[in-house]
Amino acid sequence: MNADDFFHLFTPTGWLFVGVTGVLVLASSIAAVLKWRVAHGAPHAVIDNLISRINAWWVMVGTIGLAFLFGKNGVVVLFFLISFHALREFLSLAYTRRGDYTAMAAAFYLALPMQYFLVWTEWYGLYSIFIPVYAFLLLPILAATGGDTQRFLERTAKVQWGLMVSVFCISHVPALLTLPVIGFEGKNMLLIAFLVIVVQGSDVLQYIWGKLLGKRKVAPVLSPSKTWEGLIGGVTSATLLGAALSGITPFAPLQAAGMALLICLMGFFGGLVMSAIKRDRGVKDWGSMIEGHGGMLDRTDSVIFAAPVFFHAVRYWWVP
Amino acid sequence: MTTDASPASRPQALPPTQPQASPLRRFVAALARWVIITGAGVLTGVRAVWGSTGPSADQTVYFANHSSHGDFVLLWATLPADLRTLTRPVAGEDYWDRSPLRRFIGADVFNALMIRRETQTNSFPAGDPLAQLSAALKAGDSLIIFPEGTRNTGDAVLLPLKSGIYHLSKSFSQVRFVPVWIENLKRVLPKGTFLPIPLACSVRFGAPLKWVPQEDKKLFLQRASQALLDLRPEYDREAELPLAASLPSESAAHAIDEPGADA
Repeated sequence: MNADDFFHLFTPTGWLFVGVTGVLVLASSIAAVLKWRVAHGAPHAVIDNLISRINAWWVMVGTIGLAFLFGKNGVVVLFFLISFHALREFLSLAYTRRGDYTAMAAAFYLALPMQYFLVWTEWYGLYSIFIPVYAFLLLPILAATGGDTQRFLERTAKVQWGLMVSVFCISHVPALLTLPVIGFEGKNMLLIAFLVIVVQGSDVLQYIWGKLLGKRKVAPVLSPSKTWEGLIGGVTSATLLGAALSGITPFAPLQAAGMALLICLMGFFGGLVMSAIKRDRGVKDWGSMIEGHGGMLDRTDSVIFAAPVFFHAVRYWWVP
Repeated sequence: MTTDASPASRPQALPPTQPQASPLRRFVAALARWVIITGAGVLTGVRAVWGSTGPSADQTVYFANHSSHGDFVLLWATLPADLRTLTRPVAGEDYWDRSPLRRFIGADVFNALMIRRETQTNSFPAGDPLAQLSAALKAGDSLIIFPEGTRNTGDAVLLPLKSGIYHLSKSFSQVRFVPVWIENLKRVLPKGTFLPIPLACSVRFGAPLKWVPQEDKKLFLQRASQALLDLRPEYDREAELPLAASLPSESAAHAIDEPGADA
């Protein structure tokens, strides 16, 4: 790495990573102190879970940072892999039959790579409708040729849902790189950073507020750990965090706060919807990929619902 | 049980190829093992779930549900590496002896125990699978068997178990019989397809069956079936269809199934 490259790191994106790393160092230190003072080094369910969550954050921030270093290609590949894992988790828990084989093969081997290829080529006109229109129609055709009508609509809908949430919605994160925001050329990576920091920050802050003050449950049936105190505290503080980040975005502080609020609310409801699906299926987590976090879908449920709405809000108001 | 069959009808197990295989052949086999284990992991993210007892190096017969050609690969791949070398999948000679590549994969890569079916198939004379299995257990091998007798490609959760496993357990009371439930693999590679769908699989190992002296065949097979069914994850029990038939079959025609025999 030559000196220019090194200083290139200290663009706003570089500074952002310095800041996030600082937060993680702080979090790890607090967790270590808790482990020492509260748990006295003995196993402790809540603190140990906290530590494995923080450790997983280190890995996630490292992975995103690495992808950012490789620019657009890195980000597209990273989210392609995220979609792959998410789709695998979703379809693994969905009820399907022998007749769904071709539809599932098409989802994995055709729709998933095609969607990311379209995002990579920045073909907005097609990637924005490829799955909602073409895959939506193709999948039931393939399922019908399987010749099995038992629970047909349910099976088809599950494969379609799997593609929509795991591939279509998640692909709107790298698609942010394709938006020609006036006066923001070459800095679109920061839109992704803003989205990810606010959404995930909101999740973490809701967790912290909930642990500190949480009493009244928001949705006892869907998600017993979500409380009004956590929701209000978390969304308010994440909205303020978004406003504070307005410097790295094309938004004015008030606009950034509005965007952050939108992202946080979509993220919250995304978590609720994905919880409802898990409850229906009788599982606690989508998978066991990330220690302390469950599966890929457990970690991305809020991004899934926030990303397309954020994408279109930016496109509507900031792209001429 | 016909371990005392006359020499003429005595099946000849393939001579073990490992010792006299050339270094190159052994190297390629080791490479193929690595590729298969890694590939299975990447594709299915396979996860081993051990019950309270955990893995043990004691001689073990792993008996599992059988719904896909990949079953024994996945089971074998999830064993700890040191146990893997002690454990041989049981495979049908009529399938695995059909081409040099299959012989290589069956014998060199997996060190499979090649058995002949009791009934004559294709050009292969009838054999005595139980005698071959007994001989392998006497020699100290651990085995992977699929007591349903054939691949379960229908809607039934589990087919009735064949009686071979009962006879084995009676003759080898010191061997651990560990039930194993392979989840989801049927959907990864359904019958008649070649392109695997990447779905998450798990291999769940239960506690060894307790040995009950003078247990009746029917009771033993019921107990073994139940031990398998009990390993299913909670979320798989709700959507299931009733068992095809709960009575164990009397026929020992396919005492033990051969992975891939009916491809």
